[in-house]
Amino acid sequence: MTEAEAASVNGRAALRWQQAAITAIVPQTPRVKSFFFAPPRPFSFRAGQHVDVRLTAPDGYRAERSYSIASAPETSSLIELAIEWLDDGEVSPFFHEVAAVGDDIELRGPIGGHFVWAIADGGPLLLIGGGSGVVPLMSMIRHRAAQGSGLPALLLYSARNWDEIIFRDELIALQDRRDGFELAFALTREPARRERDYGRRVDTAMLTELLARLPQATRQVFICGANPFVEAASQGAILAGVTANIIRTERYGG
Amino acid sequence: MVTRGFTGRQRPPNIAKRLPPGQSLTEDFPVLSAGPTPHIRTEDWSFTLKLGPKPLARWNWAEFNALPQTDQTRDIHCVTKWSKLDTLWQGVLIDDVLAAAGLEQAPTPYTLAHSYDGYSTNVPVADLVGGKAMIALRYAGAPLPPDHGGPARLLVPHLYFWKSAKWVNGLQFTERDEAGFWELRGYHIYGDPWREQRFTGD
Repeated sequence: MTEAEAASVNGRAALRWQQAAITAIVPQTPRVKSFFFAPPRPFSFRAGQHVDVRLTAPDGYRAERSYSIASAPETSSLIELAIEWLDDGEVSPFFHEVAAVGDDIELRGPIGGHFVWAIADGGPLLLIGGGSGVVPLMSMIRHRAAQGSGLPALLLYSARNWDEIIFRDELIALQDRRDGFELAFALTREPARRERDYGRRVDTAMLTELLARLPQATRQVFICGANPFVEAASQGAILAGVTANIIRTERYGG
Repeated sequence: MVTRGFTGRQRPPNIAKRLPPGQSLTEDFPVLSAGPTPHIRTEDWSFTLKLGPKPLARWNWAEFNALPQTDQTRDIHCVTKWSKLDTLWQGVLIDDVLAAAGLEQAPTPYTLAHSYDGYSTNVPVADLVGGKAMIALRYAGAPLPPDHGGPARLLVPHLYFWKSAKWVNGLQFTERDEAGFWELRGYHIYGDPWREQRFTGD
């Protein structure tokens, strides 16, 4: 850990729960909706961090979950969480089917001091996301864009199909700015739709090709998704020549 | 405050009473770690007991496997909110590691567990001895797979599972309670799931 990292560790003081109203709900894909929260006590956070959410039943039973923040640190008064519907879920079906604009939800944050990135950490940045694993990476991409940074960055985003790509139009618009942000989709159940996208799972050959699109060797690698995806992507990146100790992972499970 | 419209998934009381606050039951075994999974060959593996910087004892894979083996069935609780009940582990109790090193008692009250990937986590000695913790070599009757920490991981089931360091290669006695990897990044210094000690200040 660097000194800067140590100095910026959050959570020196207790993380307090607060009631944050849902200000907007925006469908992103058939299975993902974005929920926007306005915490009465806004907190600054770093791209890649998450919040804990707590729901309380009338009998006192509580369920807690962690959700990565999708929004940029620059807009910390409004927190965006992109929540995926899980078929056997307890909390995600509540958000998708019950929660409404105006509801108060208990949350606290920011949480996590490792899977984080800021402009000052430098690049080139390689981001690899599978499914809803793109969410914390989106915060990093939005942070880079909000700062007007030209740091080379590349997002490889694997989704089942075109319609399940969260933030698709925004990502394509960011790529069209041609400011050093590169984008490749890897669709696992559909052929590629765009030139230089892929119609297969992430593999070493794909990563070798993509690393060559960066002007210099990548210095910061973030991989997020379900565990099998993260395993495949991280071992693939290592075989493509990335040093293991610059790879940070976050795995969704359970 | 009651959340409008939330009832939650009701669990039978015999299950519910085994779930610490804020935890939910999982049947599978999620994997979480800060970096890529290291693949360590057992012929390259070793485990070192240290006092500060000074090695006290060291075992290779064959030597470590020759130490007394113990089975434990335990509930485990991850800070990311899942709990898994009745997990079956086999390995060497920390009591037996200390005995094999010729230590009648631990030389200091605290430890840092160290791993092949550079990870570390702090655990007080009192939470390791008396049958409370082991270096686990097998899970559910099979060698521990790499993504679950194989060849060997620390198992301290009564604390949040980030304390059960994967890919463990040593235990270092320290004079003071020194924060490890996640403890330096906002996570609780002790991590008792029943007191919901997730983050600093909880």
